[in-house]
Amino acid sequence: MGSSCGRVCWKWGSPLRRLPGFSRLLSTAALAPQICVVGSGPAGFYTAQHLLKHHRLARVDIYEKLPVPFGLVRFGVAPDHPEVKNVINTFTQTAHSDRCAYYGNVTIGKDVMVKELQRAYHAVVLSYGAEDNRILGIPGENLSGVYSARAFVGWYNGLPENRDLKPDLSSETAVVLGQGNVALDVARVLLSPLDILRKTDITEGSLAAIACSKVKRVWLVGRRGPLQVAFTIKELREMINLPGTRPLLDPADFTGLGDVIKDIPRPRKRLTELMIKSAREKPGEKEAALWASATKEWGLKFQRSPLEVLPATDGKQARGIRMAVTRLEGSGESARAVPTGEVEELECGLILSSIGYRSLPLDSSIPFDPKLGIIPNSLGRVQGAPGLYCSGWVKRGPTGVIITTMNDSFDTAQSVLEDLQTGVLNLSNSKEGFKSVRSILHSRGVHPVTFSDWEKIDAAEVARGKLAGKPREKIVDPQEMLQLISH
Amino acid sequence: LNLILSMAQLALTSCNLFDSSADRVTVHFINRDGERLTATAKEGESLLEVVVNQNLSIDGFGACEGTLACSTCHLIFEEDVFQKLDAITDEELDMLDLAYGLTDTSRLGCQVCVKKAMDGLTVQVPAEVADMRRELEVGKQSK
Repeated sequence: MGSSCGRVCWKWGSPLRRLPGFSRLLSTAALAPQICVVGSGPAGFYTAQHLLKHHRLARVDIYEKLPVPFGLVRFGVAPDHPEVKNVINTFTQTAHSDRCAYYGNVTIGKDVMVKELQRAYHAVVLSYGAEDNRILGIPGENLSGVYSARAFVGWYNGLPENRDLKPDLSSETAVVLGQGNVALDVARVLLSPLDILRKTDITEGSLAAIACSKVKRVWLVGRRGPLQVAFTIKELREMINLPGTRPLLDPADFTGLGDVIKDIPRPRKRLTELMIKSAREKPGEKEAALWASATKEWGLKFQRSPLEVLPATDGKQARGIRMAVTRLEGSGESARAVPTGEVEELECGLILSSIGYRSLPLDSSIPFDPKLGIIPNSLGRVQGAPGLYCSGWVKRGPTGVIITTMNDSFDTAQSVLEDLQTGVLNLSNSKEGFKSVRSILHSRGVHPVTFSDWEKIDAAEVARGKLAGKPREKIVDPQEMLQLISH
Repeated sequence: LNLILSMAQLALTSCNLFDSSADRVTVHFINRDGERLTATAKEGESLLEVVVNQNLSIDGFGACEGTLACSTCHLIFEEDVFQKLDAITDEELDMLDLAYGLTDTSRLGCQVCVKKAMDGLTVQVPAEVADMRRELEVGKQSK
């Protein structure tokens, strides 16, 4: 079966081939690659963008399991970082291209299988990211008061599956395990003045909970030392300057580091210098005044590896965390934390584990490496699966900022374009694209949400936000979203 | 388009735009594939604004629209031109430090404003580092 144009070619093929111009015209029209992308976050959209820009005829359909697009740009980037979300504008331009279509509310692996997508499209790009998190694997991990940072971020950002998290914010001290940008984000949201948070797109429900929070102190705990912190300087600077808070940095943690960092690359050097300065130098007048009047505090604890979450007397709540004191073997990025035998306990009622996101296998037919948590691939081409590609976190692992994913997505798109050019992807097999997927979805009672449907939801969120002095009030119930667009 | 509105906003926050048509400056961008893209810029425009306003075909340039929240407008300058640019701020350095292929003469295009003396300026769009970095990242995940 082919597109109507394909059928015309086949039926009229022989005589028309004698008219080179005409058959080339028909052949060209039949040779429009049909490509589908699974996932509408930065990886999905940047891959689509690159394909559409560098191939005049390609059609790209983007599938998303939620009704709403944009993945971690909407659900991961912190509410007080709106500039980072500006990429939504370029993604919106891509979605408006007449060769691009967005289909939300479609779960690949459930509503339609990857094999069915492969029958409908010349190429399928898996860009579905990392929806899970690494687990600590320690006793007490499931006590009340212990959450993954991923779920906490999802909660304040309106990710539907985390809307009922109800984190317990009743204790004074919170411990975040991990020292990356996500750890800083959750610390900052826990300690930010309400006046700042209430003007962001943080959800109404989480803002109300944070307003009642008793948390005054947040420790970010890492297994290794200051030279191995994974957060970046802009976010650290923001934390140091957070109104109403003071940093608790132990000068002893930074002894002798000034010499060690003299000749290291500038990014790590500047980051370490900022920590050293904040820990060891006397604060300037302005800073001193800020810190003197602070009611909240945050600090970094190094060389502590979690051993056990300790229960309160009721046996259900977390009351503290026991940690192994470590020493470092090796240096730089590859330094390893080795237990010394010493142990330490920290009292706390809220523990957020921020030790990394994790991808899950989508569909049993797709190769997946459970140890690395990625789809085995070479330059974005899925190993042993012609016609299947991957981009973003599910391809490389769940680290990096938007530019990292952007470059990676362009690389995968490049592999697809090469394969189209060399004939590895055979365009003479014409494919129906969404036409066949639509009938599959219809037969299974699934109603895709279009981009203009999303724009109605978007407009409603912006309008509700305006009433509250926020850029938007996110709708957190998928049913409410679907009702809004009369699905 | 939202993009155009945002660009208007950033014009107010970054450089002053002079309206005189006499203050036109020629700028050359060497794209990642080696192609030279030539644009006529207004004195005072940032190099990001030049790319956007002239619709230059540089993939993924200026993702955060000039708000110092990314490093996708990273450009490499010739040594002598680099020395004469306005001093770099901590905020720009913070983001520049995350750029791929950072060099000693790198700057963010959204923070560099065109001046008459830069007429004929040539800047290089950095090639994005691919395989090596990717292998390193995947290797790290097996901890």
